Amino acid sequence: MLKKTAFYDMHVQNKGKIVPFAGFEMPVQFKGVIDEIKRVRSTVGVFDVSHMGEFIVTGDRRKEFVDFITTNSVMSLADHQVQYSNFLYENGGIVDDLLVYNLKDKIMLVVNASNCDKDFDWVMKNKWDDVKVENISDRISQLAVQGPSAERVIKKLTDYPLDTMPFYYSAETKVCGIDMVISRTGYTGEDGFELYFYNENGKKMWEEIFKAGEEFNIEPIGLAARDTLRLEMKYMLYGNDISQDTTPLEAGTGWAVKMEKGDFIGRDALIKQKEAGLTRKLVCFEMLEKAIPRHGYEIFVNDKKVGNVTSGNFSPSTDKYIGLGYVDAPFNKLGQDIFIDIRGKKKAVIVKSPFYKNGTHK
Amino acid sequence: MNTPNNLKYTKSHEWIKIENNTAIEGITDFAQSELSDIAFVELPEVGSKVKQGESMGTIEAVKAVSDLIAGVSGEVIEVNEMLKNAPDKINTSPFGEGWIVKIKVSNPDEAKNLMDSAEYIKHCENSHH
Repeated sequence: MLKKTAFYDMHVQNKGKIVPFAGFEMPVQFKGVIDEIKRVRSTVGVFDVSHMGEFIVTGDRRKEFVDFITTNSVMSLADHQVQYSNFLYENGGIVDDLLVYNLKDKIMLVVNASNCDKDFDWVMKNKWDDVKVENISDRISQLAVQGPSAERVIKKLTDYPLDTMPFYYSAETKVCGIDMVISRTGYTGEDGFELYFYNENGKKMWEEIFKAGEEFNIEPIGLAARDTLRLEMKYMLYGNDISQDTTPLEAGTGWAVKMEKGDFIGRDALIKQKEAGLTRKLVCFEMLEKAIPRHGYEIFVNDKKVGNVTSGNFSPSTDKYIGLGYVDAPFNKLGQDIFIDIRGKKKAVIVKSPFYKNGTHK
Repeated sequence: MNTPNNLKYTKSHEWIKIENNTAIEGITDFAQSELSDIAFVELPEVGSKVKQGESMGTIEAVKAVSDLIAGVSGEVIEVNEMLKNAPDKINTSPFGEGWIVKIKVSNPDEAKNLMDSAEYIKHCENSHH
């Protein structure tokens, strides 16, 4: 039985094309993927991301515990700071990527919908006796309001001084009179906010946000546009670009791994991998011939297979055909000419990340 | 969903209009709506021979890639050059400006392998999940 988010009826009203995704009935598209991408890059769009999972960690040693089960440095987090991180297996493979919220008296972990149950089992298996972990995913709705006009929309709905909230910080405050966690985060490369609140407030929040955003032509955005927006920024998609078979060092998210912080699960494996040298890396490439690279396609240098595409699509924001893929050393350097097998070998070149460089995120 | 009565249809969601031994082919309204946001089309070469039921080109949409299947056998005599710069014509006008190829029909009997609009509507209902 597929789950519905609190916004399901709104998606149907807005003529969203509904598909099964990670156990939920989710809108993959509304007006059209390209229009929706342009809406987010030009003014503001709203994503229902209620399928994401939320775990609450409490107890005096919660920071030490989360520091031990994630790759980034939790001890260094300021009050209400938010951090991108990873759960790793002992062998360095990725259990999931996640956000860590250092809230008042608790830590909130926000995980991928498709991994929510697996993650919770993994966290509980590694849990310390003196911390408590609760999976509150089924009670929490999440909306991402993203785009250069996002602050002007949310500002109308709260007394909280949003202009003082830096990128990757959060607050526990009221929006539309409703208690919530709001953070200046998102997965689009634009300025924007993510709002976490109890399901029963869903209808009111949706209506108030759309009313406040009317003057900016606010629109609902589907999963397909979200996928391209994140790809244009080289943000990871678990299951495509990262998995239990890849490490953060290979994926290029080593900035979210703090070896010097002390022990954490997977650290030894990463140290070994670093010492041995990386045999492959996730690279950004752009097509020099018109063709769309897609997950699983093979990558070649001359006649030698050197890797596989993990994500790819047409990027309307750059008007290019772009992709990500793991490429073996020594062929994973900037400027390397490669071929992608898209019904025959098509020319491409390895380029710098991100593809889209004009995002408004602060 | 629009399914004009004067056209013939394939199971793979192409439409074919045969006049004086020339077939015009495109993809249906149902197909463009399922694919949505068509990014580009790989068209067959003018002069190339195509065979009913076999791939003669590719339609790349943002969401997925799909083969363009020949609805009839014959020789490609014209392709819609406008699609090279405006592939979205297939989305906005699948039966008009978004036509894809013209084929000189080599075997007129093959037309009986195609569906009429009533049969095609039934086919679409079955392919909806």
